[in-house]
Amino acid sequence: MNPEIIRSLQELLPQIQGYIYPNEIEIHWGLLIVVYPYITGVVAGAFILASLVKVFNVKEVQPLYRLSLLTALAYLLVAPMALVSHLGHPGRFYEILLTPQTSSAMAMFGFVYAWYLMAVLLLEIWFVHRTDMIDMAENSTGATRLLYRALSLFSKDKGERAVAFDHKALKVITIVGIPSAFLLHGYVGFIFGSIKANPWWSSVLIPIVFLFSAIVSGIALVVLLYMIITPLTGGKINMKCVDKAVDFLFYAVIVDFSLEMVDFIHRVYQSEEEIKILSEMVMSKLFLSLIIVQVLLGMLVPLLLISLTKIFKKRFSLNEDMRKMVYFISVILIQFGIFATRWNVVIGGQMFSKSFRGLTTYKMEFGGIEGLLYAIVLLALPIAILFVLMKVLPPWKELREEGETGTEALGGAGM
Amino acid sequence: MNGRRSFLRGFFAVLLSGGAIEGVMKLFPSKALAKETARTGKWYGYGVSVDKCIGCARCMDACKNENNVPKEPFFVRTWVERYITRKNGQTTVKAIAPGDEATPEAASDRTILRSFFVPKLCNQCANPPCVQVCPVGATFQTGDGVVLVNEKTCIGCRYCIQACPYGARYLHPKTHTADKCTFCYHRISQGQLPACVEVCPTQARIFGDLNAAASPMSRFLRMNKIHTLKPGLNTEPKAFYANLDGEVR
Ligand code: SF4
Ligand code: SF4
Repeated sequence: MNPEIIRSLQELLPQIQGYIYPNEIEIHWGLLIVVYPYITGVVAGAFILASLVKVFNVKEVQPLYRLSLLTALAYLLVAPMALVSHLGHPGRFYEILLTPQTSSAMAMFGFVYAWYLMAVLLLEIWFVHRTDMIDMAENSTGATRLLYRALSLFSKDKGERAVAFDHKALKVITIVGIPSAFLLHGYVGFIFGSIKANPWWSSVLIPIVFLFSAIVSGIALVVLLYMIITPLTGGKINMKCVDKAVDFLFYAVIVDFSLEMVDFIHRVYQSEEEIKILSEMVMSKLFLSLIIVQVLLGMLVPLLLISLTKIFKKRFSLNEDMRKMVYFISVILIQFGIFATRWNVVIGGQMFSKSFRGLTTYKMEFGGIEGLLYAIVLLALPIAILFVLMKVLPPWKELREEGETGTEALGGAGM
Repeated sequence: MNGRRSFLRGFFAVLLSGGAIEGVMKLFPSKALAKETARTGKWYGYGVSVDKCIGCARCMDACKNENNVPKEPFFVRTWVERYITRKNGQTTVKAIAPGDEATPEAASDRTILRSFFVPKLCNQCANPPCVQVCPVGATFQTGDGVVLVNEKTCIGCRYCIQACPYGARYLHPKTHTADKCTFCYHRISQGQLPACVEVCPTQARIFGDLNAAASPMSRFLRMNKIHTLKPGLNTEPKAFYANLDGEVR
């Protein structure tokens, strides 16, 4: 018997309100499962930002293209860690792939993940960087040379036809990639949305809400990274690019916000038997994380800030530094807001009893696998991976490109 | 142009004929969508007479001993709830713990309108959401209708715990796998009764083959007005309650 589990459950007892089923004291999906949809959200969002450049030819955000792809990859590599380490038997994870039960949404994880990693992200990144890697192999010696040789899969052809093929391949991959990104995050939403036992989750809108919040978090994060990395490496922030990206962000937040409002109004209007306990939960246990952080700080304040810059940019030609600061604050707030969204869905869904008569509580541990420390490590890890990726496949040239005069992503960087 | 139009026409014809729908439905577990088919052979069910339960909690003790359920109160395969409805219409519920005195409220408490006990356990749903969501097939349904967990393949993802609408599952702190009531499968397959049924002093708990017309279980179903818990969820529980109060969820 694990005395630690018992002790921590004992501590929760006084905080339980009303009646809950005896097996419900423990919250089964903790912080790690909050981190998981957050991370996959960033992946999907960053990829969709990259697709804006490729498919819709939004030239202004070209400087963010490679950064978004690498960010997506860095986060994708960490996503399964969050999922696997929360299992009671992490060592049996492969069972999901060997004996998957097709009726289970979770069983699809491995396949969706592998598809997205292998067929979309890695391929796209490879084609984008192929000629670069050949160049780098040529300009270096020893182990580095070997590394780039291997990374480019020993291709050497930089001829016109090969480059044209790269272009074509990229188009195809992006077109396959967008629905795949939707699938990746839509299915994470589906894992929750399909649980009919839980009225907080069980909603057809959940996958769609997840998707739009994913787009929001991805764009916001890439913009944030861009605004931090560029000056650090001695570049100058391209405001045309940031303005445009924030434009997209703005509309994505509006759609996300409206969807969540529709969901909320729908629940209240239908007012089914669980409505009492849910509103009690929102007003007490989730007040801070839902009303204050998610809605107010994470959505309304950034929306207000960004719309102000939109209005005053024209009128008083709001100066760049001011805009930069407003954007910077907004994207940080949005990150917190989206993280709170994940928290409210995952933890909130387990705080009320399925008897609809009571509320339990979640106590965050600090150490241990389900603890805060490990979650922070998981959240920081993608940044470290991104750092390495940027060393190997430098996006600098493109990052510093003038958005509008910038040549086509491939051609420009490949020469 | 013509080609496309005829293609579309064909496409919609297939859609309307239901062929496509049938194809899509094949993707889903058939049991989730089909009406319960007539079953032959044993099909186990459980009965609870709410008005017979006196809240002595012997069943809980018996279950814990029989099935290696941790002794601590946070992990149970079966439990008993006590409902007290007062004259002002308010109902309070509590799960009783083994060793609780059965009727602490004084008989003279005039504010109490009615009070009763409700034993709970896994409903052994005929259409179990826990089986549907398990990513590795560790939770499965036997041919005689009992939902079991294979602790050798369960990965401890706890998806089934989330999916069970009745709070019937928990994660075993020692095996780190999901656990729940098995109807004492090791006993019933030997022709014995589940431990909780055997110890119940008032016979509030009844067990048997739903397909055997002469069994005490069938008699129980015939003689009582029967309800199940959360019928709206279409889980088709096989724990049947007699004299169930509408308050109980
Ligand atoms: S009551 Fe819960 S654990 Fe039991 S079969 Fe139904 S869904 Fe599964
Ligand atoms: S905890 Fe075990 S039995 Fe439950 S869904 Fe996960 S693998 Fe299946």
